[in-house]
Amino acid sequence: MAALLDRSHSIAGPGFSRWLVPPAALCVHLCIGQAYAFSVFNKPLSQLLCTAQQNCVDLAKTPGAVAPVTGDWSIANIGWIFSIAIVFLGLSAAFAGKWVERAGPRMAMFVAALCFCGGLIISAGGAAWHQLWLIYLGYGVLGGCGLGIGYISPVSTLIKWFPDRPGLATGTAIMGFGGGALIGAPLAVGLMRYFSTPTSNGVAPTMLTMGIVYFIWMLVGSMIVRVPHVGWAPAGYVPPTSSAKLITTRNVLLEQALRTPQFYLLWLVLFLNVTAGIGVLGQASLMIQEMFGVTAVAAAGFVGLMSIFNMGGRIFWASMSDFMGRKTTYVIFFVLGVILYFLVPTFGSIHSVALFVVAFLIIISMYGGGFATIPAYLRDLYGTVNVGAIHGAVLTAWSAAGIAGPVLINYIRQYQLAHGVAKADAYSVTMYIMAALLVVGLICNLAIKAVDERHYLPATAAEAAG
Amino acid sequence: MARINTSTTDAGNAPKLIAAWLFVGIPLLFGLFDTLRNALKLFQ
Repeated sequence: MAALLDRSHSIAGPGFSRWLVPPAALCVHLCIGQAYAFSVFNKPLSQLLCTAQQNCVDLAKTPGAVAPVTGDWSIANIGWIFSIAIVFLGLSAAFAGKWVERAGPRMAMFVAALCFCGGLIISAGGAAWHQLWLIYLGYGVLGGCGLGIGYISPVSTLIKWFPDRPGLATGTAIMGFGGGALIGAPLAVGLMRYFSTPTSNGVAPTMLTMGIVYFIWMLVGSMIVRVPHVGWAPAGYVPPTSSAKLITTRNVLLEQALRTPQFYLLWLVLFLNVTAGIGVLGQASLMIQEMFGVTAVAAAGFVGLMSIFNMGGRIFWASMSDFMGRKTTYVIFFVLGVILYFLVPTFGSIHSVALFVVAFLIIISMYGGGFATIPAYLRDLYGTVNVGAIHGAVLTAWSAAGIAGPVLINYIRQYQLAHGVAKADAYSVTMYIMAALLVVGLICNLAIKAVDERHYLPATAAEAAG
Repeated sequence: MARINTSTTDAGNAPKLIAAWLFVGIPLLFGLFDTLRNALKLFQ
């Protein structure tokens, strides 16, 4: 089994179509993207004991009521599951990046499947035995490691298969991470409905089933994926003979990349883009309800529409970056983002739901686009040989933003409400702060220059490493 | 780059390509359709 998963056994033979690699990557990313839909488990997980005793009370619909079963978990404590998973996503991507490059995509995808699906299965045990720590450990720690390893595992392989269109290739895979929620949410809801009984809301068997189904799906992806042999290029592809201003034909090792200012500027670019986007994602439903008085059902529709643009933005912007250049693409993200964040309060004051929705859909498409364009940006600056490991290290920005974004948004909102600002107006300052963050991101992006000559590997060493 | 090995795709790859893209495309289209159906409630 270990030999089958080995990098040497996954080198493509003659005639292999590189267009088989994106679906292999999607097999993994569509599964791990389920993380974005984890919130569908929040309410059922908070009602495990009261469902068993058949005396749940909808606290939101019954003012003044108290939870009948005191042992049930609070939503705040359940919320930590996702936060832990995102932290471990970043940490595992950073620490396992070099191993992923060495072991190859097939082994990495298989390990990601073991971690992510194992995490789901352990969490099923946590739900069945009502042990929250088991879910923190299962979905949070182990599942988070699966997210990180699974996220980076196909990226450098795709870049190597598509030297002519790296943005399109990585955008396709990372689009899958956005699309995973579109599959994961209805699948979880359907399974919970199927497994529910008068004394169980079906969370545990749903997690168990999803763990098994996703494992099979990810395994198929790991069997399909192939790496090109050294020196391979698509038919008709003419590699550039000299480095363009921001696109190198040479390679930088991870250790050396960490010594370049470009790495930290790109880290900040991703961190600020994600922080601003997370602010919108987390508050969108509440915001549209409080600013325009739309119903909760319509607000849920708005959130669904945002998921589609989050997914679509990943492939659209990453593909566009192949033509416009990565730096220009991020300039568009930041400039357009600043304008839209400044306009959102105005759209609220003139009560234009349509303009508000359009603005947020564009913002969220650029949030997704930021994730999908960063691997190609890294490839342009540091070459293809170590791009997976460097990408893994940059993804710690996602973990940091996953904590900083919601904390910042919630703190600002609480502060304003405590000082007597009306609920509908409390978002204006938040939007202006998000715009300010994007201005800092724009400055960081504009400061990115080509990597200094002294950081590149000699050509012979790069060939050996590749 | 010292060596460039280009290769052409086998014609026999077509069924594999179709199967692989359907394997990921069908669930994704299902999810997209389901989300769009729910999103329409925003306009009702």
